[in-house]
Amino acid sequence: MPLFWLILIVLAVATVGYVLGRSRALASAGGERRKLHSLPSYYGANVAMKAAVPAFLLMIVWLLAQPFYIDNSISGMIPDSAISEGSSRGLVMAEVRRAARGLDNAVAMGEITDDFARNARADFNDITARLKEAGQIVTSEITQPVMRAAQRFRILDATASLIMAIAVLLVAVIGALWGLRETKADFWARNTVEGGVKALLIGAASIAILTTIGIVLSLVFNTIEFFRLYPAIDFFTGLTWSPSFSGRGGSSELGIIPLLWGTFYISIVALAVAVPVGLFAAIYLSEYAGPRVRAVAKPLLEVLAGIPTIVYGLFALLTVGPLLLSVFGDEGIGIMQAGTAVMTAGLVMGIMLIPFVSSLSDDIINAVPQAMRDGSYGLGATKSETVKQVILPAALPGIVGAILLAASRAIGETMIVVLGAGAAARLSLNPFEAMTTVTAKIVSQLTGDADFASPEALVAFALGMTLFVVTLGLNIVALYIVRKYREQYD
Amino acid sequence: MVRKPLPMNEMPNTVEKVTDMTETKIAARKVQVYYGDTHAIQDVDIDIQAKAVTAFIGPSGCGKSTFLRTLNRMNDTIDVCRVEGDIKIDGEDIYDPKVDPVQLRAKVGMVFQKPNPFPKSIYDNVAYGPRIHGLASKKAELDEIVASSLQKAGLWNEVKDRLDGPGTGLSGGQQQRLCIARAIAVSPEVILMDEPCSALDPIATAKVEELIDELRENYTIVIVTHSMQQAARVSQQTAFFHLGILVELGATQDIFTNPQDKRTQDYITGRFG
Amino acid sequence: MTETTLSPAPSSAETPAAPAKGKSLYALDKLTQKRNASETRFKAYGITAILIGLFFLVVLAVSIISEGTPAFTRTVVEVEFAVSQEQFDDAEKQLFKTRAYENLFISGLKQQLDESGVTVPFDEAAIERLLGKPGNTIRSFFRENPDQIGQPVGFELAASSRVDGYMNGRVTRDNIVDSRFLMKSDLDIADALVEAGIIKTAFNWNFITGADSGVDNPGGAGIGASAVGSFFMMLVVLFLSLPIGVAASIYLEEFAPQNRITDMIEVNISNLAAVPSIVFGILGLAVFIQFMHLPQSAPLVGGLVLTLMTLPTIIISTRASLKAVPPSIRDAALGIGASKMQAIFHHVLPLAMPGILTGTIIGLAQALGETAPLLLIGMVGFVARGYPDGLIAGFTEPNSAMPAQIYTWAARADYAFYEKAWGGIIVLLVFLLSMNILAIILRRRFERRW
Ligand SMILES: Nc1ncnc2c1ncn2[C@@H]1O[C@H](COP(=O)(O)OP(=O)(O)OP(=O)(O)O)[C@@H](O)[C@H]1O
Ligand SMILES: [Mg+2]
Repeated sequence: MPLFWLILIVLAVATVGYVLGRSRALASAGGERRKLHSLPSYYGANVAMKAAVPAFLLMIVWLLAQPFYIDNSISGMIPDSAISEGSSRGLVMAEVRRAARGLDNAVAMGEITDDFARNARADFNDITARLKEAGQIVTSEITQPVMRAAQRFRILDATASLIMAIAVLLVAVIGALWGLRETKADFWARNTVEGGVKALLIGAASIAILTTIGIVLSLVFNTIEFFRLYPAIDFFTGLTWSPSFSGRGGSSELGIIPLLWGTFYISIVALAVAVPVGLFAAIYLSEYAGPRVRAVAKPLLEVLAGIPTIVYGLFALLTVGPLLLSVFGDEGIGIMQAGTAVMTAGLVMGIMLIPFVSSLSDDIINAVPQAMRDGSYGLGATKSETVKQVILPAALPGIVGAILLAASRAIGETMIVVLGAGAAARLSLNPFEAMTTVTAKIVSQLTGDADFASPEALVAFALGMTLFVVTLGLNIVALYIVRKYREQYD
Repeated sequence: MVRKPLPMNEMPNTVEKVTDMTETKIAARKVQVYYGDTHAIQDVDIDIQAKAVTAFIGPSGCGKSTFLRTLNRMNDTIDVCRVEGDIKIDGEDIYDPKVDPVQLRAKVGMVFQKPNPFPKSIYDNVAYGPRIHGLASKKAELDEIVASSLQKAGLWNEVKDRLDGPGTGLSGGQQQRLCIARAIAVSPEVILMDEPCSALDPIATAKVEELIDELRENYTIVIVTHSMQQAARVSQQTAFFHLGILVELGATQDIFTNPQDKRTQDYITGRFG
Repeated sequence: MTETTLSPAPSSAETPAAPAKGKSLYALDKLTQKRNASETRFKAYGITAILIGLFFLVVLAVSIISEGTPAFTRTVVEVEFAVSQEQFDDAEKQLFKTRAYENLFISGLKQQLDESGVTVPFDEAAIERLLGKPGNTIRSFFRENPDQIGQPVGFELAASSRVDGYMNGRVTRDNIVDSRFLMKSDLDIADALVEAGIIKTAFNWNFITGADSGVDNPGGAGIGASAVGSFFMMLVVLFLSLPIGVAASIYLEEFAPQNRITDMIEVNISNLAAVPSIVFGILGLAVFIQFMHLPQSAPLVGGLVLTLMTLPTIIISTRASLKAVPPSIRDAALGIGASKMQAIFHHVLPLAMPGILTGTIIGLAQALGETAPLLLIGMVGFVARGYPDGLIAGFTEPNSAMPAQIYTWAARADYAFYEKAWGGIIVLLVFLLSMNILAIILRRRFERRW
């Protein structure tokens, strides 16, 4: 693991720099600490920082850029004729990488020599035969140009890594020397180090932004790619969802409407369970319950929120589904065909959301000032009148925000619907029928065998984009409302 | 002494009037209030006269608010609070299990230290009480109650054009008068006021004081105040509390001019508290 | 005058102007009674809501425990018999060696049955249906331990999953269909073996330590390998999200100027906290696998995705704990000439640490239970075929995680896997529970009132 060693070496340089910087600072003050501007360790830290930070930054940037560069130069080696019908350059490049890894493994096992693996003149059949011997998978996709590209890929990759190692080490050493040169008694080491630390803190805070950018970019690019293969109009207005499993192109119908309907329907059922139960639970806990009931019931309800959704998914599939089926199925009322249905998923999701709604509402109700209650009680209102006519209206914006947040949760929930709602996309009003949702289809389209370049896989990104936009919209509105509400009573 | 001059004929007259008529509205005997283990009120005996203003004074933490809140059972809303003893309004024990605190509070209204209008319109703030108590059967009746309450509270002219505006949009003094109007709207017999002017400026205070003086004709008023001048200005009867004990009760003039107890004297002359 | 609507007219007979005047407090009027009834009703709704919530919790707990505990037991057949040196040599010479051992086993079993006075006819085929092929196990045992030859040896052989099902009631005489897996007649044998005390239930260690088995071997499936995958992911999450989260929180709470950018970061963080987890899976797939070419199904990638997912939670709770440290502490440090950075790192941070750790543990617990994003980056259950060899391989070699493993089991057609899925949930919940208890202890222990 050369990268691992490189990191260790840079760290070692930084450590040595630390020790040297510290002693040099002391020496420059003639051994008298008081003459130094900062504590000696800050001088050490300054050197270490200058050695490590630029080196690591360079390394990260390099590691991100290297695959691009190599891909670009390799990609030119593959003639268009080598890309078979129905395939794409991207797929062939994946094949190249796989072959290169096979060569790596074979070399690591001692099955072939490194020279042989690099030899661009080596016989193609010989190489593939030896690769097979080394237990590497060699498919018919690996043609002569692919193998040559793979060999070239290895060479470029190795060279690039070597150059990177040298460059990184150089930067580390130069940085350390620079830091050492600065080290004098009147150098403001602490302020420099603190400046560096602050930059690190800012970097950490901006990861949140980077994450959002990453989400948006990965969704946008792949969605655009999808719309190149499949018309956006058909996607947004199509009433049928039936991806073909085998081939690519024409035969799939990828309309989002049935998925949106399923998502919407299940969320409505979930909210119909969670909002009344959660809201009344919150009202009871904050207005009626004594401290003892509160101390027991509140954490118990919150346990429901700490349970992973996979548990709820299983609960829907194996407990609630069969239970509903026994009542509404053929042996009972006869309107339910299978255990997986909108009702099953919605009900279980509702249970999951109860503590979410109740603890948010609880916070919001508690934020209504006591003076408001006193005013109402002082006029002779009962508790329920106070709740209904003073507290709830005052808390309404906050509660609406909480419900919107819960709705966004319901829309984005995955495991419960994957296991509990069924797989068939359907536009139906019967809540006891199986339907499916946007999230469930993202999972099924991306975990199947379809390759990433096909519309059947890419559609998942368009679905993800829709999901992201909808939930983000809900969240922004909800958080805005809640924030405004909090300010009102602060 | 900064003292807003009252019309000279007011004070002596009222005092005489009060001493004349001795109808007792609220009678409390041996009242004890506990917050958990804290004994906040001890052995308080008091008679509060009808259609007069009674002021509670005393240093901070002596239990004025606590005692005031026992009079309309507002303390029921505090979990740790326990009340013992006998409190009778018009001869009826308000802590009798037969008494519904909701009905009691309709009879004994309350105005709080900080104005606390509901986040509703001015109209709805005043109409809230009549609505929950079912005092009006028609919209016109309700309008009538709202208007007359606001008039009695001296707020009508200031708000009659913005009844739909939010109650929280009024100034502090207006808000407090709105809260008084809200309390009057239920037609209570007793109004309890806990430092109603402490959040108000002198002009707003003067208005509220004037209002209290007018209300005295129809209502029994109990007011907690930290301002001795205010007690002297608005009340006919004054009770001095100290460390949970009712030290002295008497006609306001007597208390301020000729206190019987050393502690009362120290307090009104500003030697402690 | 206003648009406000009136409540229904009261039935009270009093005049509206001064209705309550002079009325006795002891007499409850009709309206008050009505209001009190509605009060009682309202309160009852609240209690019902609480009870509904608790009822669901109980149902959930009961299902998990009742359905999941069988996964921790397995049915074994305990037979003791001896193989003499001649028998061993003889068997090794034969063409079908395991068959020879099987015969030895069967005679041993017969003998043991006779001793207990139970008679039931059975043949080789039945034994294979009940126990798989015991010959193999026996043969390899004696080949490895030649010194045991000649002495009586007790063998504990795993019964097939159908027998397992019969023992814990999943398979009954009514619902069984004769198949090559199990015949009705085999149940008689099983009953006889139970009577003779040969069939027993034992703790299923394999479920705790094993890896995922193929679709046709539910009995051999274990959650161990995916638990290791979860462990490596949690290492990544811990070592990335704690420092990054703390650093970001310190910046936002202590240094950030009040401006548009800070505002944007804050709004961003609260929004990220509410982005569906599956979207993070898409991010991981597109950025870490497609773009950076990190290995698919690797716990490293899973850890990165979960880090990004838990960061907002951790930042929010860390900021709350920083905020809870009173400003007087900062002022005190600044007052004696510490720099702002020193005041924060030497005084504020240590005081906030218990709160930060509590928040981090809760964030980790959330990440541990997360499933959907892992499926997208290929950490599905059937990948967890064994333990990684080595520390680095633990991060980079394909593996699954507990919740994804549970999902894979739940999605399989054979209902014998459902039991494993429930059992897996028990294991997962035990981990979550311990983490939460740890968080609670931390909070109790270090809770400070300023
Ligand atoms: N809700 C409560 N819980 C516990 N103790 C309380 C509560 N309310 C008041 N007390 C205690 O009861 C005592 C009397 O308090 P009270 O509020 O009646 O004083 P006060 O005379 O109104 O003071 P102030 O003039 O400052 O308003 C105090 O010692 C106070 O600490
Ligand atoms: Mg008070």
